[in-house]
Amino acid sequence: MRVIRTIAVNVFRESVRDKVLYNLVLFAVLLILASYLIGQLTAGQDMKIIKDLGLSATSIFGLFIAVFIGIGLVWKEVERRSIYSLQAKPITRVDFLLGKYAGLVLTLLVNVAVMAAALYAVLGAMTLFGSPALTAGLDAPALDPRLLVAIGLIFVELALVTALALFFSTFSSPMLSAVFTFGLYVVGQFNADLKHFEQVVSSPAAAWLARALYYLLPNLAPFDIKAQVVHGQPVAAGYVAMTVGYAVVYIAFVLLASVVVFTRRDFK
Amino acid sequence: MTRGRPVLFVAMALLLVTAVGLEILRDRRYGEPRPAAQSILYVRSGDFLKRASLSNASLLADLYWIRAIQHYGGGRRSKDPGERYEMLYPLLDITTTLDPKFTIAYRFGAVFLTEKPPGGPGRPDQAIALLQKGLRHDPRKWQYEHDLGFVYYWSLQDYRKAAEAFRAAADVPGAPWWLRSLAGIVAVQGGDRDTSRRLWLQIYESADNEWLRDNAQLRLAQLTALDRIDYLEAMVSEVARRIGSRPTSWADVIRAGRLLRPPLDPAGTPFVLDPQTGRVNVSADSKLYPLPTEPAARLGRAPS
Repeated sequence: MRVIRTIAVNVFRESVRDKVLYNLVLFAVLLILASYLIGQLTAGQDMKIIKDLGLSATSIFGLFIAVFIGIGLVWKEVERRSIYSLQAKPITRVDFLLGKYAGLVLTLLVNVAVMAAALYAVLGAMTLFGSPALTAGLDAPALDPRLLVAIGLIFVELALVTALALFFSTFSSPMLSAVFTFGLYVVGQFNADLKHFEQVVSSPAAAWLARALYYLLPNLAPFDIKAQVVHGQPVAAGYVAMTVGYAVVYIAFVLLASVVVFTRRDFK
Repeated sequence: MTRGRPVLFVAMALLLVTAVGLEILRDRRYGEPRPAAQSILYVRSGDFLKRASLSNASLLADLYWIRAIQHYGGGRRSKDPGERYEMLYPLLDITTTLDPKFTIAYRFGAVFLTEKPPGGPGRPDQAIALLQKGLRHDPRKWQYEHDLGFVYYWSLQDYRKAAEAFRAAADVPGAPWWLRSLAGIVAVQGGDRDTSRRLWLQIYESADNEWLRDNAQLRLAQLTALDRIDYLEAMVSEVARRIGSRPTSWADVIRAGRLLRPPLDPAGTPFVLDPQTGRVNVSADSKLYPLPTEPAARLGRAPS
């Protein structure tokens, strides 16, 4: 456990030192602040637009961080040949993989937390210093704590995407890993279509295959509750708990698959 | 290399300043580049955009909403009637497909669509379609029924349907009590100006949005302008009788001792006197232009 923690902290430090990561965080914060200006272009929908923009920016920038850093986690060690020196140390491949994953998830957690804080800061500043009309007639309060539920699910979704990126990183080049991970991300948004495939095909076998794929491929659409939260609609605690539970189990499955591939890999 | 850095920065600054200078010079000599003659809506399917946005449909709806507002504002300033508002309904339709709970897009959109030219496309049919779409997505929003009533009342002068819509709004749980009395008044009194004033006053007092309140204030000012026009037209007729010919300008009315200066509408712009007919109207430059069509005026009678 101590080894995993040490590797995770190192991954986090490396990410923090990485200028690209800093730029992404800075850009996300700037974007959220800039949303104040965009709000000026609309007729009384500033708060809604800032919430939408803040949540989407958190999701999009988090996705880029998860994919572009996740795909290099293992590959970089192999490319630099530092994996050989690690093999000489009392670190198992499982520790190595889990440490790498935990490090990137920690990086994402910090990023998402910074973005959430920036979003609340902008909303708070608008409530305090903006005209009262800005907060009149809103579907949900400006500083709605339920935004944290949406942000929490974004984070859990990113943790799942990170696991996928790490999995592909164990056996593929960064370019291919990025393509596979983005591909699965897109499929994950649409795979509800697969469940009802029998409505478009007549073949029972094809419908059965599509339904099997629906259950096997990661289902990412349920993590998106941004619109409900922004419009102040209730999101059941049970729904959130089951979605998080699904993510935890799926992440464990993907990490296990990563361990299986990585432990069989020959670096000689 | 480190020592040469300041020189590099100076060189970069010089190059940038030169590029900007050349651009200014070119624009002055050959004219500034003109934006595309016509706005283009590349994708008209909201459903496609919803899928293509992955999990960011709400943000995309905001962008289309901003586009709709810009298009509406641009249409009001445009000198070319052919280019005005033609994309307004598609933009609003896409916005509300991307985010079916975007209340303001339905409500403001209906106001934009019903506005008569040149202030809007004058398409109450599209406003009704938009509000009905909102009702399909959220039948508990009494505001959509209420706005439907307004479209029937104000733009189509269909008082029976307006009263039905107000009654339907009143039937929605949580709707304000005054909707039921509004339905009754509209059913009995139809399009009389006092009823209109009561309707807009209700909107003005109950609106939870600054823009809707401003719009109600504008309508109330238009109704006041109609009152003043009635008074001024009566005055012009009286002066015509007295001097034996129709006044051709406010100067004639002032000379007749009935006015001290040209009369102003509630927005502060002088009223216009038509020398041919003796009719008074707000100026095309006024914020109140064009005034609403009243049922009595449409029948060729003097407004009450």
